Amino acid sequence: MSLGDSATPLGRVRGLGSAGEGGEHWLTERVTSIALLLLGTWLIASLLILPDLKQQTVIEWLRPPSGAVPMALLIVIGFKHALDGVKVFVDDYVHEEGNRFAVNTLLLFLAVGGGALALYALASVAFGGVA
Amino acid sequence: MLVSILHRATGTALSIGGLAVLTWWLMAVAQGQDAYAAFTKAATHPVGLIVLVGLTWSFFQHLLSGIRHLVMDTGAAFELGVNKTFAVLTLLGSIVLTAALWVYVLEFRA
Repeated sequence: MSLGDSATPLGRVRGLGSAGEGGEHWLTERVTSIALLLLGTWLIASLLILPDLKQQTVIEWLRPPSGAVPMALLIVIGFKHALDGVKVFVDDYVHEEGNRFAVNTLLLFLAVGGGALALYALASVAFGGVA
Repeated sequence: MLVSILHRATGTALSIGGLAVLTWWLMAVAQGQDAYAAFTKAATHPVGLIVLVGLTWSFFQHLLSGIRHLVMDTGAAFELGVNKTFAVLTLLGSIVLTAALWVYVLEFRA
């Protein structure tokens, strides 16, 4: 019996599409997008509300949890959402399996590395090394 | 069609340019006065401003077309007329929001 005859509608589409999998990825992309709707609006609003963008002003904004925590979330969720989004692009346009794995791995390293760098910078501001 | 392509293009721009600028800015804040002065100089240079305006527009366009996609994920707004109206509204909205933000920044805060 072929899969087409026996499977439920979900069973028929599961594992198809250009990535070969992805229900979870699809949902994660949506959930992180809703979080970034809030965090992105928070960032823009904060930058507009701050009296100026001098270094000291920014430090005083990012040091307390009211600034550091949303910024940490923005970094982590932002890099995750970016990686998920760019993966769709790669899965659609890089057709050869080996190349696709290589590009996705490179992008994963870039996203994790970039996110770690941004978190390190934020942590050094929030935990005080900077005057 | 155009708005769908723009969603990918602006998403890619934000993923690369937006996160790079955010990370650079945070590193500059953390590293001290010289690093922050270098960032400010680049950000207020005409080329830097064009990049920042482009990222702002990308942010608003991606945000609005993202909301449109979330609405369409529920199965709504697939009718041709409604769909096109929402698509055009995301374009108008992103341009108006970007213009309003930068007029405010450059005219009232500079």
